[in-house]
Amino acid sequence: MATQHSRAAARLMISPAVLLLLGWMIIPLSMTLYFSFLRYNLLIPGMEEWTGWTNYEFFLTDPAFFAALTNTLLLVGGVLLITIIGGVLLALLLDQPFWGQGIVRILVIAPFFVMPTVSALVWKNMFMNPVNGLFAYFAKFLGLQPFDFLSHAPLFSIILIVAWQWLPFATLILLTALQSLDSEQLEAAEMDGANFLNRFVFIMVPHLARSITVVILIQTIFLLSVFAEILVTTNGGPGYASTNLTYLIYAQSLLQFDVGGGSAGGVVAIILANIVAIFLMRMIGKNLEA
Amino acid sequence: MGQITLNQITKSFGDVQVIPPLDLQIDDGEFVVFVGPSGCGKSTLLRLIAGLEDVSSGDINIDGRNATEVPPAKRGLAMVFQSYALYPHMSVRKNIAFPLRMAGIDKAAQDAKVAAAAKVLNLTDYLDRRPGQLSGGQRQRVAIGRAIVREPAAFLFDEPLSNLDAALRVNMRLEISELHQSLKTTMIYVTHDQVEAMTMADKIVVLHAGRIEQVGSPLELYHTPRNKFVAGFIGSPKMNFLSGRFATEFDAATIGVRPEHLTVSHSDGKWVGKVAVSEHLGSDTFLYVDMDGVDEPVTVRSTGEIGFRHGDTVHLTPTADKIHRFDNQDLRIA
Ligand SMILES: Nc1ncnc2c1ncn2[C@@H]1O[C@H](COP(=O)(O)OP(=O)(O)O)[C@@H](O)[C@H]1O
Ligand SMILES: [Mg+2]
Repeated sequence: MATQHSRAAARLMISPAVLLLLGWMIIPLSMTLYFSFLRYNLLIPGMEEWTGWTNYEFFLTDPAFFAALTNTLLLVGGVLLITIIGGVLLALLLDQPFWGQGIVRILVIAPFFVMPTVSALVWKNMFMNPVNGLFAYFAKFLGLQPFDFLSHAPLFSIILIVAWQWLPFATLILLTALQSLDSEQLEAAEMDGANFLNRFVFIMVPHLARSITVVILIQTIFLLSVFAEILVTTNGGPGYASTNLTYLIYAQSLLQFDVGGGSAGGVVAIILANIVAIFLMRMIGKNLEA
Repeated sequence: MGQITLNQITKSFGDVQVIPPLDLQIDDGEFVVFVGPSGCGKSTLLRLIAGLEDVSSGDINIDGRNATEVPPAKRGLAMVFQSYALYPHMSVRKNIAFPLRMAGIDKAAQDAKVAAAAKVLNLTDYLDRRPGQLSGGQRQRVAIGRAIVREPAAFLFDEPLSNLDAALRVNMRLEISELHQSLKTTMIYVTHDQVEAMTMADKIVVLHAGRIEQVGSPLELYHTPRNKFVAGFIGSPKMNFLSGRFATEFDAATIGVRPEHLTVSHSDGKWVGKVAVSEHLGSDTFLYVDMDGVDEPVTVRSTGEIGFRHGDTVHLTPTADKIHRFDNQDLRIA
């Protein structure tokens, strides 16, 4: 009885929060859905009319859509690859005892506190700029032709910038995981004849598997919606070379004033994000159990 | 082969010397127990032998070869850790096979050795489980299995039974002793529990603050402890120490009498006191007796049941030739 009462009370208590969250999610979602079926252009207001699936047809058959889809996947995959491999290596390094450990650890986290727009602009103007950038300076110092990163390898440059921002996150999570590894296991493996590489492969990596899963899941959620870094560096260009889905939807709605088409893109993006999520959960979700 | 000689080894962590210069000889096939209170440096000494810590000075010889600079894996020693240190993501089979796999032994030979070890340790039915699905005693056996398959020159155990409950501890104690009987390999066993030391050892090394207080067989330590520390540490319940007028009578600074070497009587005896507590275990009765001029109650162990209760006056008589005498340096007077 008591538990039934308290359960009912608990439901009552949390219901305002649940309703708020639900409304928060449902209202924009249904508005997006609604707009996606309208011919709705900001340049001709008051002329909205029902068009059925036309917006979807246009969005899905647009070559820009496939370019953006590929770029989104490349961006997510590339950043994940760099942050996880780099994060594991940095975590291994930071786990060693050395002088000034505390300060170095704080420095490593620092990029995470820099706003995406700021860090992207710093990269664009101070590192990658073909005239004034540090990279150009080094290239000239070595007698090489400076490389114009943002126009010749735009997607790669953005991957680099975003990876730099997320590397600290991955490093931090993996470092804490590494520190929770029982040192006796490593000593046992050492006595069993495992060299460092074997200890890494057979003991550390399996121990890190769960944390790597967490890093992949969290980062994927954020990386699917990278936007600011593209806006302030390449504006999605040249052509569609660095346009991802988020940026394409922005361009559709606010540069071409086509709210209907943008909303259709948004719905497609939601569906794609869910497909990626299901795929990820299937693939690595078992690491989270037990 | 499994002969280990420690020659003037020391170990310091920073400024703190945990092991002062220490010599020890361990013969092939011996079951040696390092025993001492917590924090006295037993684990450190074992880890020095294993190679998991570097000695600050001195040499370690294994089978006549200087092993001081040899990495742990090459010393031919296998260690069983207090936490078992099993690899949680590997099956029992893979855990036991791990050292063989690292040694590059082919799969068929690995399987045969794992099967043989599993049979000895009653693990055959559990080979495909993960360590997390095993009981404490089974995990312990897996850890031992992982050590056995390497066919080491010596086994090192660091308090292997301290995570088990009392009944299982007695069982495992027997199993480890039997294992030693059948393998006849040198074993070095660390414990803070003197009962384990007394029951398992061929040779006990009593450590105190990193120093060796005495080395000897269990009964040597029991009958002729070199000093007051060993006398108090070995034997359960603890030896009673009496000083002042009790000791001067025997020309000593302190005398020690074990609880089992005191006889009790209602009417007459050498010393007199009052029963503070009496514990009846059926087979034995323990009396804790308050005596004038003695700080702690004197423990008496009698076989069978005796009719003493709290507050009764009791007369105690020590067995004459079982009195240990200690001088003012706490050393035993022969
Ligand atoms: N890695 C270390 N760094 C500093 N001091 C240590 C270290 N390992 C052990 N000690 C110290 O050495 C002493 C002996 O420790 P240990 O060998 O673990 O004792 P035991 O196993 O007998 O309980 C303790 O005082 C402990 O604090
Ligand atoms: Mg210890």
